[in-house]
Amino acid sequence: MTQIKSNKLRGILLGAGFVAIAAFVFTGCPGQQRMLDTGDAAQKVYVAPGEHDEYYAFFSGGYSGQLSVWGLPSARFLKVIPVFSQDPETGYGYSEETKPLFNTSYGFIPWDDSHHPHISQTDGDADGRWIFINANNTPRIARIDLVTFETKEILELPNTGGNHASSFVTSNTEYVIGGTRFSIPYEQDLDVPIDSYSDEFRGALSFIKVDENSGKMDLEFQIVVPPYNYDLGRAGKGPSADWVFFTTYNTEEAHTMLEVNASRNDKDFIAAVNWRKAAELVANGHGQTAPGEYYHNYYEGNQGYAISEQKNGVTILDTREIDEDFIYYLPTPKSPHGVDVDPTGEYIVGGGKLATVIPVHSFSRMLQAIEDGAVVERIDGIPVLDYDATIAGEVENPGLGPLHTEFDGRGYAYTSVYISSEIVKWSLETFEVVDRIDAYYSIGHLMITGGDTKNPDARYMVGLTKTAKDRYLPTGPKQNHPAQLYDISNDRMELLLDFPTIGEPHYAQAIRADLIKDNVAQIYEMEDNDHPHALTRIADNRVERDGNVVRVFMGSTRSHFRPDNIEGIRVGDTVYFHLTNLEQEWDVVHGIAIKGAQNSEILVAPGQTKTMKWEPNRTGIYPFYCTAFCSALHQEMQGYVRVSAADSDVPLTWRTGTN
Amino acid sequence: MKLITTISISIVLLLTIQACGDDETTDRRADVQQEEGLTDFELEHGIGPITERIEIDEEIDQELLTKGRDIYEMKCEMCHNMEGRMVGPELGNVLDRRSPEFVMNFILNPGRMAQDHPEGQKMLREYMTVMPFQNVKEDEARAIVEYLRYYAEHN
Ligand SMILES: [Cu+2]
Repeated sequence: MTQIKSNKLRGILLGAGFVAIAAFVFTGCPGQQRMLDTGDAAQKVYVAPGEHDEYYAFFSGGYSGQLSVWGLPSARFLKVIPVFSQDPETGYGYSEETKPLFNTSYGFIPWDDSHHPHISQTDGDADGRWIFINANNTPRIARIDLVTFETKEILELPNTGGNHASSFVTSNTEYVIGGTRFSIPYEQDLDVPIDSYSDEFRGALSFIKVDENSGKMDLEFQIVVPPYNYDLGRAGKGPSADWVFFTTYNTEEAHTMLEVNASRNDKDFIAAVNWRKAAELVANGHGQTAPGEYYHNYYEGNQGYAISEQKNGVTILDTREIDEDFIYYLPTPKSPHGVDVDPTGEYIVGGGKLATVIPVHSFSRMLQAIEDGAVVERIDGIPVLDYDATIAGEVENPGLGPLHTEFDGRGYAYTSVYISSEIVKWSLETFEVVDRIDAYYSIGHLMITGGDTKNPDARYMVGLTKTAKDRYLPTGPKQNHPAQLYDISNDRMELLLDFPTIGEPHYAQAIRADLIKDNVAQIYEMEDNDHPHALTRIADNRVERDGNVVRVFMGSTRSHFRPDNIEGIRVGDTVYFHLTNLEQEWDVVHGIAIKGAQNSEILVAPGQTKTMKWEPNRTGIYPFYCTAFCSALHQEMQGYVRVSAADSDVPLTWRTGTN
Repeated sequence: MKLITTISISIVLLLTIQACGDDETTDRRADVQQEEGLTDFELEHGIGPITERIEIDEEIDQELLTKGRDIYEMKCEMCHNMEGRMVGPELGNVLDRRSPEFVMNFILNPGRMAQDHPEGQKMLREYMTVMPFQNVKEDEARAIVEYLRYYAEHN
């Protein structure tokens, strides 16, 4: 440990130096940007009207909580998929069907911070079936299905603070992983002094089993680890496919002023976890059951209400109590952010925010070190391997603040460098920088098309930057975050395009469009509508009262609702509009909104049933209407509800078409 | 006068027809030339996947009838009455006016029928809306015809 904790002072000075340089870079001018001749660049990103892009790109929303979908190389914005935040545009998180998705052990949570989308994989390549994304604040993982582009499932992770090292999948989507960014007491709701950190706080690495047919998640086990900050993760590939890797920082175990106190050690760790061995240990009964309240929210069947299942208890593997080794620490300079595995599965690259080099570990050397017992110490039972035994090379002169690396499959790696705001391209053979290009401004993650797979389809790279400053027409003191598209098909990286995004994309993935687009649903087939309140026989449209609960079984088509005149609603009623869109043509959407509703509209796709809750609190006549411009007679698509006093005896009636 | 009608129909079409893929665009161009040159079969029995007369048994097929009624009640009744006009024309007696093949082509290919068939164009002027395609398959359209036959016989 002395080796690792040596030279604290130097660390502090170096840190202070970085801050000064950062301040300079932040306020510096862009100078002249390197890009292709404008005409050539325009041609490369031009996708003719009516033509499709070659790639789907999925950008996390960061503090928007959502996932946005883009076409590349044109950077056409396609849609926002709402995931962890309510979306009044579609009614997601407002409709009765989607509300249960937001249930957690802390109650109904209408917002989160989404960071790292990851597409499901088969044999190390993205297969385009689902995309997972993590919630950082109230720890959760969501699964979005890429047939409907809808969030289908949200799983809460217990005993976790800040699920940041997530939601990366293994090579065959056996598992999706989660990890504690902010260690907290592992025991549920433990009320202890904050300075009991080193004694009471622990980290949790979560392994969520994914059903290979349905995609449904199941929290299989957690590994309880020392109280560091677990930052990012990645699964191995090919020879390293049975392993996942997590970065740690704050091995100092600071709990205040981390900016300084967690920047002292020269090296922190990459945690290498043999997930197959861990799963075997669990299967053979080495796990314990620990308390842990969490919610699992998902759909069953084709349509209907999301189900909220409340769970308690989780299987844990505690490294202090298991003799067999299944997790190793690889010392890595310095407060590393990214941990990225190259397409061959051999190189594990740490992005040390405060490091002066990019350290590259070798998977085969790591296995050899384990076999040779090259262990310098054990921390809570976890062997710490000798740095020199696992390291394959250090990339010199990578710029200031290397964060995250992706690969082109042609022998080169591309690392985003935050403080000096650039991307460096380096060789996996010589570990030398071969090219560098500016990013505008302060780049976080980057993404290569088809990346983080065994076979990247590396034609383009996107840099996700943090501040726009003067790049676009100014839009006030707070501006949207930029992204830059680069051509990486040649020796030199060339800037092609610069465009503002939605929310704060922390990471993105892009996949060849043909792996998704032919499977995309155009309608919900009416015959398969198993929603318990669907209108599947038009003549059954009706209004039912049960005490104060009134259910309207309503249908819509171009251009009317059925029923569209309703009387006999009373103040104090809870009214549910179950609207079935009876269209079967692609993209013909109807919505509904009613005056005074303390709720959003709902938008209903063709063949779908959605429910809007309404609690009228004043008597009167309430118009409702279709919120979607659905046809030439869209303005005619309306109706009225009469609301009477609570003690009124106006009978419940409904009708359509008889004036 | 004719030009004005054509223009106003085009506007209605633009407003109401939503799906317009590559194929249809090309088709439409081809159809402009074809407009006056619809085949005799198409003029009488509609444009669509049904391109020849189908055989229909005198006797009502009960299984087909049930299937047709279910689809009708799920996908057609929003806009059609058996007796009396609603959004679209009444259907209780449609087989007196149209051949079974015409009805099937109209169900299976409503956009093209409204655009390119003289009868469809006439109906568009009258009803001011294009019938939506309801994802009805060919065998299902046949079943709907069976239900319409049964209804006509019993009412
Ligand atoms: Cu509408």
